[in-house]
Formats: sequence, C-alpha cells, structure tokens
Amino acid sequence: MTIAENSISNLSKVIPHEHKEHTPWWEYFTFSTDHKVIGIQYLVTTFAFYLLGGALASLIRAELATPDSDLIPPEWYNGSFTMHGTIMIFLWIVPALAGGFGNYLVPLMIGARDMAFPFLNALAFWLIIPGGLLLISSFFVGPASTGWTAYPPLSILTEQHTGQALWIFSLIILGTSSILGAVNFIVTIWSMRTKGMGLFDMPLFCWAMLATSVLVLVATPVLAGALILLAFDLLAGTSFFNPTGGGNPIVYQHLFWFYSHPAVYVMILPVFGIISEVIPPHARKPIFGYKAIAYSSMMICVLGLIVWAHHMFTSDTPDWLRIFFMIGTLLVAVPTGIKVFSWLATLWGGKLRLQSPLLFAMGFIGMFVIGGLSGVMLGSVPIDIHVHDTYFVVGHFHYVLFGGAVFGIYAGIYHWFPKMTGRMLNETWGKIHFALTLVGFNLCFFPMHILGLQGMPRRVAQYDPQFTQINLICSIGAFILAISTIPFLVNVVYSWLKGPKAPSNPWKALTLEWTTDSPPIPHNWRGTPPLYTHPYDYGTVDYAKLEQLLADHGASTVKH
Amino acid sequence: MEATQLTDIAVDSQAVETAHAEAHPDLRVFGLITFLFSEGMLFLGLFTAYFAFRAIAPEWPPAGTEKLEILLPGINTIILVSSSFVIHQADHAIKENKIRAVQLWFLATFVMGAIFIAGQLYEYQHLGFGLTTNIFASTFYVLTGFHGLHVIIGLCLILAVLLRSLKPGHYTAQNHFGIAAASIYWHFVDIIWIVLFSILYIF
Amino acid sequence: MKRQTLLSLLVLIGLVVAASFWYSQNHGLLPTAASEEAVLYDRLFSAVIGIAFGLFLIVEGMLVYCLFRFRKRQHDEEDGAPWHENIRLEMIWTAIPTVIVMWVALYSFDVYSAMRGTDALMMAHHMHHHPKSVLVAQAEGAMPAIPHSEKVTIGVQAMQFAWIFNYPNGVTSGELHVPVNKHIHLDLSAVDVLHAFWVPQLRLKQDTVPGTPTHLDFYPTRIGEYPVVCAELCGSYHGGMRTTMVVESEEDYQKWLNEQLEVAQGKDLPKVAVAKMTESEYLMGKVGHHH
Repeated sequence: MTIAENSISNLSKVIPHEHKEHTPWWEYFTFSTDHKVIGIQYLVTTFAFYLLGGALASLIRAELATPDSDLIPPEWYNGSFTMHGTIMIFLWIVPALAGGFGNYLVPLMIGARDMAFPFLNALAFWLIIPGGLLLISSFFVGPASTGWTAYPPLSILTEQHTGQALWIFSLIILGTSSILGAVNFIVTIWSMRTKGMGLFDMPLFCWAMLATSVLVLVATPVLAGALILLAFDLLAGTSFFNPTGGGNPIVYQHLFWFYSHPAVYVMILPVFGIISEVIPPHARKPIFGYKAIAYSSMMICVLGLIVWAHHMFTSDTPDWLRIFFMIGTLLVAVPTGIKVFSWLATLWGGKLRLQSPLLFAMGFIGMFVIGGLSGVMLGSVPIDIHVHDTYFVVGHFHYVLFGGAVFGIYAGIYHWFPKMTGRMLNETWGKIHFALTLVGFNLCFFPMHILGLQGMPRRVAQYDPQFTQINLICSIGAFILAISTIPFLVNVVYSWLKGPKAPSNPWKALTLEWTTDSPPIPHNWRGTPPLYTHPYDYGTVDYAKLEQLLADHGASTVKH
Repeated sequence: MEATQLTDIAVDSQAVETAHAEAHPDLRVFGLITFLFSEGMLFLGLFTAYFAFRAIAPEWPPAGTEKLEILLPGINTIILVSSSFVIHQADHAIKENKIRAVQLWFLATFVMGAIFIAGQLYEYQHLGFGLTTNIFASTFYVLTGFHGLHVIIGLCLILAVLLRSLKPGHYTAQNHFGIAAASIYWHFVDIIWIVLFSILYIF
Repeated sequence: MKRQTLLSLLVLIGLVVAASFWYSQNHGLLPTAASEEAVLYDRLFSAVIGIAFGLFLIVEGMLVYCLFRFRKRQHDEEDGAPWHENIRLEMIWTAIPTVIVMWVALYSFDVYSAMRGTDALMMAHHMHHHPKSVLVAQAEGAMPAIPHSEKVTIGVQAMQFAWIFNYPNGVTSGELHVPVNKHIHLDLSAVDVLHAFWVPQLRLKQDTVPGTPTHLDFYPTRIGEYPVVCAELCGSYHGGMRTTMVVESEEDYQKWLNEQLEVAQGKDLPKVAVAKMTESEYLMGKVGHHH
C-alpha cells in the first residue's frame, strides 16, 4: 500500500459521529471519566497534599534546629513526623505517580481512547478525597503519633486512640483506591495497546506501570490485613499484637513490611519510567538497552516482594532469616544499576538540551544513586544494625524518595506540562527552581548520614547537643527547600493561565501522546492513533517525512 | 543503522476494519479476576497471621478453649460448595438464552448461601468463646467474619442479577457480564471457604 | 579503542581507586570503637564505603562529563548517533555489580557471625590478640583452647522512658557498668512497648520486645563512658530515653557494684542535686555519678 492509499483508507476510519473538541474548565472539578481529566485531578490534589506534608517537615526541622524539645509539645512533634510520612507516601507519591502520570499517559502512549474501566478510574480518584480528609481530620483530635509504621504495642496503647483509628481507616480507603487503579492498569496495558504495538514496542513508562501495578495488587491487600488486625486490637479488645493477650508484635511487622517494602518500588518504578521517557527526546538519542530496562523492571518487581524483613534486622528475627533477606536486598542493586548505566549510556554521545526536564532527570540520576549506595550499605546486616532507626536511614530514604521520586516527578511535570495544559512553562524560573531544589535538598539531607553514624536516633525531638551544628545545617537546607517551591508554583499557575501556547510536539518526541493536540481532544485523536515509529527511533527518523504522514493521517490528527 | 521505515505500523500489521474498529472485547471479566487476585492476597495475609500465631503458641488452641464442633460447619460447607455447582448451571443456561433457568439456579444459590450465613450465625451464638477470649478465638472470628462478609456481598450480587434479569432482554447469550461476574465471585468465595475450613477445623 | 583513550581511561580508573582507598581509610564518619565487634564492623564499613565512594565518583563524574561534553551546541538540531545497545557492555555492568554485592554479602555474613556468636566472638578476640597461637593450633589440626572468661550477665529492662539494669549481685541501677575485656551478655526485656538498646560505640543494637526476651553479647575493650540510646519509637519522650554505659577496670567495676549494694541496703545515700539540672540534663540521664 502506498502512503497515499494509506491516507485515503484511513479517512474511512475517522469516527463519523460528533465528539467534543474541548474539555471545559469546570469538568476538572467533577466526576469525569476522562483519564486525562482524572490524571490532572490526581496531580493537583496530590501536590496540595505534598505542600501540607512539606509544611509538617518545616515544623519538624524548626524543632530540630535546637537540641532541646522546646518548640511544640512532644505528642504533637510525634504526630508531625507521623503525618508527614503518611501524607507524603499515601497522599503524594503513590497517587501522583500511578493516578496522576499513569492515568494521564498510559492510554495516550498505547494509542487507546481511555483506560479499560473509566468509571472505576474516576471512583479510585474520588476515594482519595475522603481518605485524605479523614486523615487530616485526625489533626483535630490529636493525630496518630506512632510513626507511619504504627508499630504495636505502642499504636494500641497510644493516648491518641481516635487519631490512630482515623489513620487506620484512612489508609484502608487509600489502599483500596490504589488497588482499583492497579486493576485498571494491568488490564489496559495488557489488552488495549493499539494494533501494531507489541509488548516490546510500547514506551518503557508502560512497562514501569505494569510492574508497579503487579506490586500494588499483590502487596497492598496484605497491608489491609495488618491494619484490620491492628484496628481490632485498638478498638475491639483483641490481642493479635499484644503479648499480654498471647499476641506477638513481630507478626505485625512482617505483615506491614510485606507491603511497605514493595511500596517503595511502587514509589520509584513509575519514576524510572518517566526518566526513560524524558531523557531520549531531550538528548536526541534512543534509550539504551530497552529490553534490559523492561526486564529489570520486572526483576525489581519480583525481588521487591521477597526482601521485606531487611526493615527488621534488629527485631526479634532469627539469624538465618536476616542473612536470607540480606542476600535478596543486595541483589536488587543489580537490576537498578542496569537502569542507571543504561540512562548514562543514553546521555552519552547525545545532544543534550539542558532545559528543566533534562536537568531534573539528570539530577534524579545523581541523587538517586547516592540513595542507592546508602541502600546497599543498609542491606548488609551488620552495617544496618548500627544505623537502623537512626538519621542515616532518614538520609537514605529521602535521597531515594525526594532526590529520586520527587526530582523525577518534577522532570515529568516540566516535560508533559505543555501536553497537559497547552501552555509552555517559563524556562528561566524552571532553572531557578532546579538550582534551589538541588542545593536545599543536599544541604538538608546529606549531613543526616553523618548524624546517624555518629549516634543520633530518628523520631526524636531532642538530641545530644554535640549534633547541634549539623542539625542546624539540615534545618537551613530544609528552609531553602521550602522556598524552592515558590518559583515552581508561581511558574505553574502563571503559565497555566497566561503562558505561551504549546505546539503539539514542543520536544520533537516520538511517543504517541505527542502526535495529538496540546491539550489532546477528549477522544485523544480525531482519527486512529498514528503509529509510524517506535518510541525511541531518534537518529533514524526522517522528520520531514514523518510530519507529512502525521499531517495526512486521518483528516489531520493535529490542529495546525 | 537503517532509517526507520515510516509506514503506518497499525495498518500494516492487520487488515483494515470498518468504522467501529474502536470496539474492543469485553475486558470486565479480566478486570474482575485481577481484582479477585488482590482479594485472595488479603485472605492470604490473614491466613499467614493465623499460621504465625499458631506456630509460636505453646498450645493450639490455647488451653481451655472448647474444641470446635465439625458436624454443623461440615454440613454448612457441603451446602456452600454445592452452591457453586448450582450457580455454574446458570452459566450454561444463559449461553442457551434460558433466562428462566438462570433465575431458578440463581435463586437456589441465594437460598443455599443464606442458609450458610444462618448456619454461621448459629455457630457464633453457640460457641464457647468470644472475640477476645484468646488469640485462637480472635483469629477464628476475624477470619470467618471476613469470609462471611464476602459471602453477604456475593448474596447481594446474586440478588442484583435476579432483579436485573426481570427486565426482558437484559441478559442474552452474547451479553451477560453480570451473570458471569456473580458466578466467578461466588466460586472465589467458595474456594476461600474450603481453605478456611481446612485450616480452622480440620488441620 | 584508541591507545590514548585506553590510557586516559586507565589513569582515571587509577585515580578513582586511589581516592576511594584513601577515603575508606580516612572517612572519619564513625565514633570511637569501644569493643571487638566495633573493630570488625569498622573494617567492613570502611571497605563498603570505599566502594560506594568509588561508584559515586564514577556515576557523578559521568553525569558532569556528559553535561559539558554532550550539551547541545548552538544551531545543531541534529539527533545524536542512534547507539542503543552493546551486549558486552551490558554484561559487564551486570556482572561487576553482582560480584560486588555478593562480596559485600559474604564479608557481611562473616562479620555478622563474629558479632553474634559467643564462641566466634572469643575466636575473633583471640585472633586479634594472639594470632600466632591460634594459627599454630589450627595448623596442627586442633581447635585452640580459648580461655573462656566467665560471662558477665546483666539484665536490661526497657520501659517508657528509662533503662533499668539488674546486676548479678542483685543490684539495680539506671546506669550500665561493665568491666573491660570481658564477655558481656545482656538479657533484654521490655515492660510496655517496643524499645531498642543501642550503644553507638559498640555498633550494636537490639530491639526489646514485650513478651519476648532478646539478648546481646559484646566484648568491650576501651574504658570510658558511652551513651545508651533508645532506638525504637516508644512514645512522647523517646528522644529523652537514654543513659550511660560505663566501661571500667575490673576493680572499679567491683567497687561500684559493692557501693551500689551498700546504697541499696541503706548504708549511704548519694546526694544528687536534681534541682540544679535542666530538663534535658535530667532526661539525658545525667543523674549524679557515684564512683
């Protein structure tokens, strides 16, 4: 078939009936079943929770600027770090990645009109609101103060009885939302790829979402089990985890971490996907080692399910168990390393456009690797025994969660903002945001490794005065981090309303979402999705010819 | 490396379809089964907790706990398991468009499920231990209670299908997701019970 | 590969290795090592941090290099060369990390066994101080006769928000005193919620679990005073739950034990100026020492 014949036959594939061309602004505040609307709803809502979590962090760092517990009452301090962690995990990173980026991008990337179950999708989003509000309401009665880990017996004997109960029920709601999303992604990615797109032709972000969703499906229900038993202990007088009644607190730890370790991969795998999508167009090179990256995502998924007890190396766990989990934990470094080296190889020899998306993506690699290295150290049982429950761990997980996930989310926002809103973000303010974030972040979290090694435990409002100077540096860094969100927020709000209009493909990228309008019409494409290239064909595509094909395809897919 | 062949990959790989190429197969059964997998993991988590408590307890059931009677729960089990075969008949029936038969089979399943729940409640009332008596008692009630909750949800689904089936033409041989869904869910609830019954009453 | 490039690469690798080695010996990140275990720990830690430092230099170095070398030049709108796979390279960067992490696992296993097992511990101590006699005995095919010093067993009770130590002679105190160069065995228990016993200078930590006894063994080698820190969130004053471990000579230890016994029997009351302490001093466990 010639290209001309293709175009003519494609015309007959144009959907004859009416489809609206534009999503009105107020639809973003309703129970919309459009995956793009839902995706943006998730992103905005979770970002608001991120700001709340950040405010709590500022409170924590303000308290820790001096060695005495002198700013807020101790129960409130414990409540602050409990809610900080809980909000950041369950109301920011987990839903922002899957619900936000996942929902928005997956159907577009695989050439579908929507997710497999649009109604379920909307339901999952609207569960975030009551789940989040329930959690926030606990501030009015005294929030849970037992850490986001809520270990019994403390969480059963706590004075913040109601707050703890609200925490439990909120998490059950949020976990349900997560599971419903996972069902949607697995079915959509498996069954709804456009014709011609095999599993190994789809963008790596889709592989990441597939691996993530499997983890959510398998692990989240076990957390629900742990929380249900904890709720019974807290409210109904049972003693599952209370030794005075024949129970055992360690059983909770196993059930809890069976979910919560995979949860960290749930919080990073989609980011790995984002990075794999951001680097190629901004470096003008195909992704290095597509299959290796795809397979390594599945390997991380599998390994991630069998290493949970590395969070319990000092609990009452037998020696042989500790050794077993150590081996698995250390092995996870291998597939992760494969990805890092592949991204470096993608950058190598490229033509790097050093704008905000790529700056944050490279920042991600730099920061995540530091977190990964401290992670390998924590994987060693003897090394971990000294630094478990200290600021070393706090440093480690902020490097992978902030330096990793948040940097990656920012890279994704700068990359896809034009597509989502039809406007370009201001690049100067983007660079300022990047610089402030990089400086503030490292100043705040790097010294924490030293604090932990030197003897400062975590979850404390008071500490040995010898640690004052370092803590002060961390608090200054936190302050800079807080400030750094301002240029970002101003940029986003201003650009969304008044920024320069974005073309359909400002980055000259090759995945399917860039072949349609910015923002896309509700039905995603006017004709069928124009699948003419593989996702990473940089360096081998005749761009002029491609543009012509896209222009001809299905009665002008893109409005010029 | 050779230049990318710029052809319409989608068109090349399969024959061109007519205007409703958008229609994709009904994925709802796939979705339901995926969801049931996660429900299975919930029960697996609870079963694991049960096994953990059992393994570390010096005595199981703890001293003084009245031994569980097997006769009544055994009969209940037979009723529930049989009901799976009953509801399965409805799957056959709808493929031959026999709505009446479907309604009868679903009604029978509902009755059997209701008897099961009644039997459970009867057992609860006559047990020699309460929710907080000891760890065995607590796990017993939580496990059977959550299962019972799932059975009740199943009964609601069956009822919903019965009501919907009153509308003529709602379920056809080609289009009967509700019947298939209720049926699959019911089998799931049944399998969980078989495992539960084995580990609580038998082993 | 061009000879010049190979040479530069080798020089670079050499520099990275040298820097990593230097850093592993000079990191200064850990506090004093006050026990046999801590010495073993520090060797493992130094090795691992040296490797981590090297990898850090390589990855960050490559990022910075790419930032400058491969930035888009003005007016160059072309794509880069479509290099996207190299099986040999991928095998190398899969194999080398695997070897490294497995080496860390094995070394860790060795150190962990030494830190956990009492006999292995005595072995390690003996190896450290009398390596020749041990090797000779092993060469002769016999297990060396390790002089077993008696275990000094001390009971430790953790509660919100204090530590209570129970000594062999019946003494109870809020401070942990131990004789130097002896095998110390702690029987740990928790009264209410989870706590964790941690002395940074020993590099050892063990959760205390209500309803389950746990234990810790160590061999202190350095006289001094070290903090005992609670390392598991236990409530509002978790940060204040700390006391002091005093490692002292056998004579001083016995003297202290006897004094405590006398105090318990009402023979001498220590004068403790509690009123003069700040809240944090009091909570930090700076209760008056009585040597």
